[in-house]
Amino acid sequence: MKPAPFRYHAPGAFDEALAMMGDLDNAKALAGGQSLMAMLNLRYAMPDHLVDLNGIEALRGISDGPDGIAIGAMTRQRVLERDSLLAMRAPIFAEALRHVGHLQTRNRGTIGGSLCHLDPAAELPVLAMLHDAVLRVRSAARGERSLDMAAFPAFYMTPSLEPDELLVGLSFMPWPEGTRHAFLEVARRHGDFAIVAVGCLVALDGKGAIDRAAIVLGGIGPAPIRLTAGEAMLRGERPGIELFRAVGAEAAGLEAMGDSAYSAGYRQHLAGVLVRRALQRACPSEAGVIS
Amino acid sequence: MNDGTMTGDQDGGAAQRFDVTMTVNGIERTASCEGRRNLVDFLRHDLHLTGSHVGCEHGVCGACTVLVDDHAVRGCLMLAVQAEGRRVETIEGLSPEDGPLSDLPRLFAEQYALQCGFCTPGILMTLREVIRDTPDAGETELREALSGNLCRCTGYQNIVDAALAALALMRDGGEGA
Amino acid sequence: MAERRYIGQSTPRVEDDALLRGKARFVDDLTAPGVLHAAFLRSPVAHARLLGLDLEEARAIPGVVAILTLADLKDVLTEERLPLQFISKTLPPDITPYVLAKDEMLYVGEPVAVVLADSRATAEDAASIIGIDLEEMTPVGDLRAAVEPDAPPVCSTRAGNVCEAFEVGYADVDAAFREAAHSVRLSMNQHRGGAHPIEGRGILAEPDAGGGLVVRSSTQLAHEARAFLVALLDLDENRLRVVTPDVGGGFGAKFLLYPEEVVASAAALLLGRPVKWIEDRREHFLAAIQERDQLWEIEAACDAEGRLLGVRGSMIHDAGAYVPQGINLAYNAVTAYPGPYVLPAYHMDVRVGMTNKVPTIPVRGAGYPEGTFAMERTLDALAARVGIDRVEIRRRNLVPAESIPYATPLKSRSGAGITYDSGDFPALLDQVLEAIDHAGFEARRAEAARAGRRLGIGVACGIKGTGRGPYESAIVRVGRSGKVTVFTGAMPMGQGLKTAMAQICGDALGLPPDRIEVICGDTGTIPLGIGGFASRQTVVAGSSVARASAAVREKAIRIAAHLLEADGGDIELVDGEARVKGTNVGIDLRAIAASAHGSPGYALPPGVDPGLEASENFMPKGLTYGMGAHAVEVAVDEETGLVTLTRYAVVNDCGRAINPRMVEAQIHGGVVHGIGNALFEYMDYDDQAQPVTTTLADYLMVTAPEVPRIDVRIAEYPSPLNPLGVKGVGEAGCLPVAPAIASAVEDALGVREAAIQRVPLSPPDLIDLLRARAADAA
Repeated sequence: MKPAPFRYHAPGAFDEALAMMGDLDNAKALAGGQSLMAMLNLRYAMPDHLVDLNGIEALRGISDGPDGIAIGAMTRQRVLERDSLLAMRAPIFAEALRHVGHLQTRNRGTIGGSLCHLDPAAELPVLAMLHDAVLRVRSAARGERSLDMAAFPAFYMTPSLEPDELLVGLSFMPWPEGTRHAFLEVARRHGDFAIVAVGCLVALDGKGAIDRAAIVLGGIGPAPIRLTAGEAMLRGERPGIELFRAVGAEAAGLEAMGDSAYSAGYRQHLAGVLVRRALQRACPSEAGVIS
Repeated sequence: MNDGTMTGDQDGGAAQRFDVTMTVNGIERTASCEGRRNLVDFLRHDLHLTGSHVGCEHGVCGACTVLVDDHAVRGCLMLAVQAEGRRVETIEGLSPEDGPLSDLPRLFAEQYALQCGFCTPGILMTLREVIRDTPDAGETELREALSGNLCRCTGYQNIVDAALAALALMRDGGEGA
Repeated sequence: MAERRYIGQSTPRVEDDALLRGKARFVDDLTAPGVLHAAFLRSPVAHARLLGLDLEEARAIPGVVAILTLADLKDVLTEERLPLQFISKTLPPDITPYVLAKDEMLYVGEPVAVVLADSRATAEDAASIIGIDLEEMTPVGDLRAAVEPDAPPVCSTRAGNVCEAFEVGYADVDAAFREAAHSVRLSMNQHRGGAHPIEGRGILAEPDAGGGLVVRSSTQLAHEARAFLVALLDLDENRLRVVTPDVGGGFGAKFLLYPEEVVASAAALLLGRPVKWIEDRREHFLAAIQERDQLWEIEAACDAEGRLLGVRGSMIHDAGAYVPQGINLAYNAVTAYPGPYVLPAYHMDVRVGMTNKVPTIPVRGAGYPEGTFAMERTLDALAARVGIDRVEIRRRNLVPAESIPYATPLKSRSGAGITYDSGDFPALLDQVLEAIDHAGFEARRAEAARAGRRLGIGVACGIKGTGRGPYESAIVRVGRSGKVTVFTGAMPMGQGLKTAMAQICGDALGLPPDRIEVICGDTGTIPLGIGGFASRQTVVAGSSVARASAAVREKAIRIAAHLLEADGGDIELVDGEARVKGTNVGIDLRAIAASAHGSPGYALPPGVDPGLEASENFMPKGLTYGMGAHAVEVAVDEETGLVTLTRYAVVNDCGRAINPRMVEAQIHGGVVHGIGNALFEYMDYDDQAQPVTTTLADYLMVTAPEVPRIDVRIAEYPSPLNPLGVKGVGEAGCLPVAPAIASAVEDALGVREAAIQRVPLSPPDLIDLLRARAADAA
């Protein structure tokens, strides 16, 4: 099970990488490689050129600035998992990253790689959508453009990227301090891609009502789905189990994909359960313990 | 690979080769390989360090786990050229050549934590990082940390017990790993 | 009799040091000058006529040395097909696989051609561009449909898709039903998946200058592999040596001589160069044997107290597209059904069906898990019907201790009667209940319920026939160096076999196990041998080693007595020395061995024949049976269908434990394999019989977080059938796992009557079950 031949390129600078992506036919960018390398070995992917982004220092790092938190595309998942800034400003990252693959894959896997691979059940696209992240994308020919995470998925496992474009990174405004969060998923084994994953953020106002909420589901559609109707149901309401049940029922009504192992019906059922549970977990004192 | 030397022709065919140099178990080693050669095949077949094993070649079984710059990685999901200039540690470097087994492998033997031993090198290398980074890990954390390594023989219990013993030893001032 | 210093002790494993230093040598660690790497072109579809191959472009790739088809190998092969590897008088001759596909391809992954190149990557490059001209035929994937009279044929030249049908049973089962107070019907579908040792199969075949061959193969059957290769390649036995390097697990996948091994050997002879083929994981999914579907339809009858009266029904076993070995799985499964229970009347109609899927031969358990599942589900169903406790119905039906040895009315496939030779089954059941704190369960359940968790408990028993014959070989030799070596045809695959053999020999010769070398699976060092399967090796090889070691001991003492001018009765063997008891007068094994080997021109000691060695081939009279009782506690999430195992306990009879920690470790592994069968491992095929789960990301093997702590307790009821009193434990652990878990899940959900009749049980299955229950209740 060896890869088909390809030509390997290791640009040291981002501009060099962009030039290669523009000039080379059938080129594929190599980020952490934790999905792509397996696909190469299985010959599911057979690029003529492999452009390795691992030598580009500028694509790595997590910083706090006026546009919020910025994360370089080549920042490794293990770094995100253990980062103190994220732990403080977006603690759902650490919670979700525990579910991402295994120690060995998080040591290599990157946030950009995960976003661009866009597995329907992957955790990091769910987080990006949950935070309304803005993605910066660049090409040598046309320069940089930004797009919302909501617009990033084109279709199943395919991002809205031109063949010559590379993801630079993402940024998002962290939610206010004290925001409640929960990330839950159902997977058969620890570290497997989820059957269904749910992330939620809930900010309360001074009177204990829900000021703002975000709920995103993975594993239901070809890309993460924002439960906008459910978010609207929460806004202005006081947290409570009946409310959360109703939002769960909303999630269970989403159109879902199915396969031979997990039917659409089962995924819808899980969506309802997990959304309710995630909200309960985010607001335990208001909604009681998870049942 | 940032500065690996390309020795083959640059324009097509399957002949793209690199001289790759890395420090393996403290010794600088160089060998020539194809660009598509992955790290574990390079270690096994170009450097003849056959202690790291290949079980699935798609990043699930963990038998090929080695440390690169102190981090456990899948040797089948990294190209050899990507390890250019890096520090790589394998099972062969875990115990002194002419001395007794170091603590972790010794505890594996004491706890009957291996049977066929094929998955064992990958598990030992994973545990090196786990023991170093999470010295307070309990059984649940250890099992979670081991979820990226498949073993068909042992049912994992004795592996977990060996790892717990290594952590206890390290807390008592031993090497642990 | 020698003192038992090592048998029964958990001595350190002699295998470990090399394995823990990365110095073991598995087949892919070996190479040879000028080696060629093989990659196979495999059938992309489940059923097609093979019309031709376009090899031109592939042959042109630099580094490709040859691409061979069946026609190209004909010069070095005596037969186009592999031999049937177990004896059968009833199977048709056209049932075994071709060495390479001839004109019809019968399953996805069937080898069609082989590319030999200077690297594996290059060989795969070439294999991937071979043009394959085929005409698709109707694939037969569904077993139940396959055995219907009007089903399309799995193979166009065979008459029908049932390769064998037979009956197993005894007594008047219909009469039993007429007397019965209660009866139940079950329709079970069992699914087991693959063997999946972490090391796949592999071979390095190296020709020698004289037209012979040295074959290094990761196999469970060195001597059998040699026998079949000798026949297929028309070689003198002396020209073909099969050597087994370290083997990274077997579990049944290596219990067969495969087409790939024949092709690599034939190609090495044809091309005069070493040939290496290492199975990758995808090939293991496609082309290594599996053991999977059986369909059981049974009716069971009992009296008013829940005592079994009779069971009747039918079973269809899926053999896959070829029968490379025999029909032992189907036979094992139905004869394993009664298990440790008294079953007065029994009748099963069995059909071995063919499908366009990879062949099936034993995976750990070899039909016993299927039989065990069927019986244990039967008991749960009857308990519900009668209205008694699930443990109680088992207690009422277990063979009582006073009936042991218990001759069942069944015969094993060798024709010998199935007799449970030793044990106390009810005692083991009691012990496992104690181990899991069965008495405290309802309190735990109530407490968990208060926290919103649903707990359930399940108990199941199984019994495994172990130590299959006909024999295993052992030679114990003290060389002129004084070093002791044990040679055997038995095949270690991780069990710690070398350690166990060294312990057995060590007791006889007064030597610690780490001073005894054990050489296994090398046809160049021992002429006879059978191999590793059926939990047999400690029983059969162990007995041979024990007897050969005793003979060497006796001879060493006789020679020492002569040399020391002492009485043999006064001599003991300690630490490599023969000593006159109570003195410091002694002589070491080296001097004794030298004396036995003789010096040129000098006489040997009187009455001593040359050499200090002995050979034994112990032949067991029948299988020895070890009973296991399992108890499991689960937490079920009713909303997601996820099952979490919270406690697990096993009590298993191993006869006499040679090395208790190694016995426990075997049980751990078996249980976790069983957990995979119960909850995770599903080998999915689509409606075209195309395998769907062909990576380890799709086919779920159990990992550490899914496993609870397993409390293993060893019971020792020595077998009267072998000199050591041992029973095998390699497979036992996996037998009752699936029915115990199914029972516990039902208990957690308040479902009775054995509603779970199919494994593995997936979360959506559980949700469906609950919905069906809710609909029934409404």
